[in-house]
Amino acid sequence: MTLSAKRSLTAYLFLALPLVFFLCVRLGPMLYMFAMSFTDWGLLRKTVKFIGFDNYHAIFKDPVFLQALGNTFRYAVFGAPLVILLSLAIALLLDSIPRGKGFFRLIYVLPYITPVVAVSWVWRWMYQQPPLGVINGILGWLGLPAGEFLNSPTQALPSILAVNVWVEMGYCTTIFLAGLQTIPKEISEAAKIDGASDRQVLRRITLPLLMPITFFLMVMEGIQFLRIFTQVYNMSMQAMGGPLNSTKSAALYIYQKAFTNFEMARAASASVVLFVIIMAVTILQIRFFDKRVNY
Amino acid sequence: MKHKNKGKMIVRALPAYIILALLSVIMLFPFVWMISSSLKDVTQIYQLKLFPERPTLENYRYILFSTSTKFPQWFLNSLIVAVCTTASVLFFDSLVGYTLAKFRFPGKKIIFLLIISTLMIPTEMLVIPWYAMIRALKWVNTYWAIMFPGMISAFGVFLMRQFMSTIPDDLIDAARVDGLGELRIFITVVLPLVAPALATLAIFNFIGNWNAFLWPLIAASKPKMFTLPVGLANFSGEAGSDWHYIMTGAAVAMAPLILVFLVFQKQIVKGIAMTGLKG
Amino acid sequence: MTRRKVFFLVMSAVLIFAASAQTVTITYWQYYYESKVKLMDELIQKFEAANPGIKVEQVTFPYESYNQKVAASIPAGEGPDVINLFYGWLPTYVKAGYLAELPASEFSKDYFDKNFYPFVAESVQFGGKYYSVPTAVRTLALFWNKKLFKDAGYDPNTAPKTLEELAAYAKKLSKYDAQGNLVVAGMAMQPTGQGHCWIREVLFRQFGNVPYSADGRKVTYADANGAAALKWYTDLITKDKVGYPNFATDDVTAFKAGKAAMNIDGSFRIATLNAVKDLDWGVAELPTYKGIKSNYASFWTHGIVAGTSGKKLEASIKFLKYITSPEVQQMWMEKVGELPANPALSEKYKNDPVIAPFLKGLAYAHATAYVDEAGQRTVMVDAVDEVILKKVDPAVALKNAAAKEQALIDDFWKK
Repeated sequence: MTLSAKRSLTAYLFLALPLVFFLCVRLGPMLYMFAMSFTDWGLLRKTVKFIGFDNYHAIFKDPVFLQALGNTFRYAVFGAPLVILLSLAIALLLDSIPRGKGFFRLIYVLPYITPVVAVSWVWRWMYQQPPLGVINGILGWLGLPAGEFLNSPTQALPSILAVNVWVEMGYCTTIFLAGLQTIPKEISEAAKIDGASDRQVLRRITLPLLMPITFFLMVMEGIQFLRIFTQVYNMSMQAMGGPLNSTKSAALYIYQKAFTNFEMARAASASVVLFVIIMAVTILQIRFFDKRVNY
Repeated sequence: MKHKNKGKMIVRALPAYIILALLSVIMLFPFVWMISSSLKDVTQIYQLKLFPERPTLENYRYILFSTSTKFPQWFLNSLIVAVCTTASVLFFDSLVGYTLAKFRFPGKKIIFLLIISTLMIPTEMLVIPWYAMIRALKWVNTYWAIMFPGMISAFGVFLMRQFMSTIPDDLIDAARVDGLGELRIFITVVLPLVAPALATLAIFNFIGNWNAFLWPLIAASKPKMFTLPVGLANFSGEAGSDWHYIMTGAAVAMAPLILVFLVFQKQIVKGIAMTGLKG
Repeated sequence: MTRRKVFFLVMSAVLIFAASAQTVTITYWQYYYESKVKLMDELIQKFEAANPGIKVEQVTFPYESYNQKVAASIPAGEGPDVINLFYGWLPTYVKAGYLAELPASEFSKDYFDKNFYPFVAESVQFGGKYYSVPTAVRTLALFWNKKLFKDAGYDPNTAPKTLEELAAYAKKLSKYDAQGNLVVAGMAMQPTGQGHCWIREVLFRQFGNVPYSADGRKVTYADANGAAALKWYTDLITKDKVGYPNFATDDVTAFKAGKAAMNIDGSFRIATLNAVKDLDWGVAELPTYKGIKSNYASFWTHGIVAGTSGKKLEASIKFLKYITSPEVQQMWMEKVGELPANPALSEKYKNDPVIAPFLKGLAYAHATAYVDEAGQRTVMVDAVDEVILKKVDPAVALKNAAAKEQALIDDFWKK
């Protein structure tokens, strides 16, 4: 056996088990899911038969699914830009201070590393209506009217979204800050010597240089918000995504179809729809980032 | 001169400091309120006081030592799951990363793409087939059922491959000339060189698995098998109302992470800058 | 090794084998409710002592995920032998063939007619066959906080007797802060709790409506009377502002914390409330309206999982018979607070101030013939939410609800 053949053999040996894993635990199940979305598979049904596109017809006729999709888009469309804008502002502020960067950054990162379930319940407690909720307590103390937060079909989704923004901010701020630190100070200093104002430096130099990172984060956060589940599950009454389905996300819909109604095939078709949406966003990411990620 | 300059800079940055400090209050307040609530008894919990009049540790005693909660068991389960998956991820991800970075063999590119492409499949889509799998294979109510999807992470493979490619080939070749076996080289020569990367991967994986919710919620069917987040969600649903216990449970679930965070803050921040945690 | 030693080893192995072959272990599942679980442990001990050779293992699950775990485990063959189910879930399991028919030798029609309330016998019977048997039943009643009554100038020992009185009391008992926020609810309004049952089986009927056709397959509550009932309920929230859904988390929390003066809840809450220190409360029969009394009855019931056979089946039947015996029903009453499923046993509690209101309710109670309990609950909860949160006209909201619920029922029977 040649030396290179031997090396190849070693490589295959090292990769064998992991490859089996990825095939059986990731790719295989995904294909299985696609296949099952065309059947009438149900947990309480003893037989499984092929029914074509019936599940897809059914979910797109289900007003609850359409509402869940709409909510999911609202989480992503409002949530992701909000996180990006806030963290960019914070990162710029952090970058501008001479001391204590690390200290503040630690505080902002804290929500990001704590369990989302715990965080959700803490916020749910704070969002309670008078006389229990501390947020309404503060509002009342300031002489402002009480908010309905999780109890109102219009305020509940933004309330849950705000918690996710609070959680994700640490992540984005850290990445922005790391990005800012890679920008050579000489450039902005040279610009200032040439008479550029701080604002001009920001608009003409800093922000354009941060564009790739911003875009990367936009996509990451977009996906994060599209997949929102844990917060909704833990912050809505009886994990139902209410009131009136106003907070139900696509992921929660899938979970309920599968594990409350036991309609596994319906859930499968809904998850294929969610997958296609996330896939579309991911493809955008790859297109813009194939330079950064070197295969 | 320089010192004066710094002082001037701090004064100039004063508005920034004020804004950052105010934001810090918003960021930290939920934690403060959680701790404050966990120190209140059933009557004080309904009073909006930041500092409880008669703070008590009774809730912690109830959560941790009473027979009517299973928190110690859930704590242990979370620990077992997080430690086992992390150990497995460290070994396999670095092995695969190393192989893909340092070996030349047919099909390398395809294998790498195949592994990376699995990153795009959202967990939400996989839980149903996984569920069918653990039922068919009779894994229900085992640690293995909760852990198996996390035993190898595609993201870790990607990360380790990047690090492995920075190791000089000469080092590996020298070891080969010395007659060391390939697995031996990997363990004794390569792994120590990427120790910092391994540490980052370990911390992240630990946190990710400790916090995981959706899959453990489905995979663990007996309360005995719950992880902390699943236990907490169920406990809250059941207690419905006992906010003093819920807040204490939340504090208990967070405590180990805050500890890990304070000890490894540098690696964590560096790790986030490199990657993401909840991908 | 000496011969004697070998002989001894072989003998002991044989003995152990023989002993294990004789013991049959059956598994019992229920959801976690402390007093129920503790009592069941006690019952199992007694049962095992009386039936050597049978071991019973009790497994419990959190209430929230119980149905899911049951549905996930039984088809996979990992379920128990004897199982505790909400009566509203029975149709699904019976139809899917996951519950065994109870042997007529032990559980005949005659046995049910003699020993159980009629609505029980009706709800556990499908196509003339019986599939499960309960230990206890529950009804609704009006709970009130005596201290808050006294504060508002009401006699702490008398509860409102009619819906008109109830509304008047609730208004006077409600307290608000300077900004007009409700801080003490005169009446807890929680459709996700027992509220949806109160509307469905009590208010609709009291306002002159019959919510379902006799066979339970047609939803008939969407008429003018039904709408009037829903309007009465939602007016308490929107006009009188005596309470609203999720106030102080939910009705039980609010009542426990003294933040709600009245609540409609089930007999199963007695133990919970007894455990709260410094809470002085009373129970009364549900308020009447135009002289009409109605109540909602429900129960958890035990069945044997299909596929249980041989010794296990025999043991399961024995166990089932035991845990539904009058002796156990009485213990259940004392320790859990649920009413005996056997009418003969209720005599004893006729004058008990806490139990009597629930027992009286049984005489005129209705059990909803659910096909999809969670789905049907959501329908009614959403109808209330539409009225109070989206200002939809009660008649319109009710029409939507009826259409949605009818679809659920049709869907169930079609498959």
